[in-house]
Amino acid sequence: MEKLHLDYPAGAPAAQAVLVGVVASGDLEVLIAPAAAGSCHIVIHSAADGSAARWRAQLDRLFGDGQAAAMQMEINDFGATPGVVSLRLAQALEELSA
Amino acid sequence: MSHQQDITRLLQGRSFIELSARERAHSLLDAGSGRELAGPFERLYSPWLSAQGIVAQADDGVVICKGLLDGQPAVIAAIEGGFQGGSLGEVGGAKLASALELAAADNRQGIPTRAVILFETGGVRLQEANLGLAAIAEIHAAIVDLARYQPVIGIIAGTVGCFGGMSIAAGLCSYLIVTREARLGLNGPQVIEQEAGVAEYDSRNRPFIWSLTGGEQRQACGLADALLDDDSVLIRQQLLDFIARGLPEQPRHRRSQHMLQRLLAMDSTSQADAASARQLFQSGAKL
Repeated sequence: MEKLHLDYPAGAPAAQAVLVGVVASGDLEVLIAPAAAGSCHIVIHSAADGSAARWRAQLDRLFGDGQAAAMQMEINDFGATPGVVSLRLAQALEELSA
Repeated sequence: MSHQQDITRLLQGRSFIELSARERAHSLLDAGSGRELAGPFERLYSPWLSAQGIVAQADDGVVICKGLLDGQPAVIAAIEGGFQGGSLGEVGGAKLASALELAAADNRQGIPTRAVILFETGGVRLQEANLGLAAIAEIHAAIVDLARYQPVIGIIAGTVGCFGGMSIAAGLCSYLIVTREARLGLNGPQVIEQEAGVAEYDSRNRPFIWSLTGGEQRQACGLADALLDDDSVLIRQQLLDFIARGLPEQPRHRRSQHMLQRLLAMDSTSQADAASARQLFQSGAKL
């Protein structure tokens, strides 16, 4: 098991709390809670050891431009593939803006 | 059924099994009445899993929703089968037991809160050992207490099923609803295979397993009260019907004499199969 912290610049606070997914085999859970304007803090608990570079690459692509809402994001990953991760993140961000 | 009909059925499906625990709870309560207690943003993680290198879930796999059923106060406890096989540990077990205990306390104060438990569980979470077992004992006691005031209704939809100590909890419910996909048993198939041998019980033979422990068989043997298709609307309707019926004359756990008599009459020299088990439980006077 691996624990990672990632920080990104961000915009205005997220409008609501969002939960998607489940910590089931090959799946993950994403919790989003609003945070103070300007910061996006992500904590990842991953069942897969040695996956830090992959998580960083995947999340840099989504949050690197600093345009996302300010949030505290928690990811509980039970061995999801990168494809499943991007679908769950897209679902979470879509529900956030819904 | 034609290909087109298959597609139409799929698109219009109202599957209950495909819903997550949280979605199942909200689909049963009166629309818009549900609110979650001790939810995921309270972050009541299991304190034991991460120390053992296992990723925990924010709600510990148990969803508690207060709301209304047909306009009456109700609480639904839904177990998420995807997380650790729906196993009950210290936190999830305490959430479920407390929900039932608070419903009983409501009833003692004149508020007719009824409870529904959505079983999707392998039983105790082995990583939390005695704490999970203690929680399941508390759940048993709370069901028996609450079922004196209001019917406690259990639903096993599948596909995990309901095993271990939680199968006893299902047996204590006033009414039990199952689907064909559900399974109910004290020991799971792999445990029985390990103890009895693969020649007697092949856990990979799915038709065989379902023929003995599946919802259809359990209902035919009198261990469940209703067998339904996997349909959210039908399941909700049956739930409301059981609530309207009120307490059963005798709860199932007070009607065990019939089952015990049948088990004593069983001929164990030949291998039991689905048909002989059904015949056994359907025969004899209902005591």
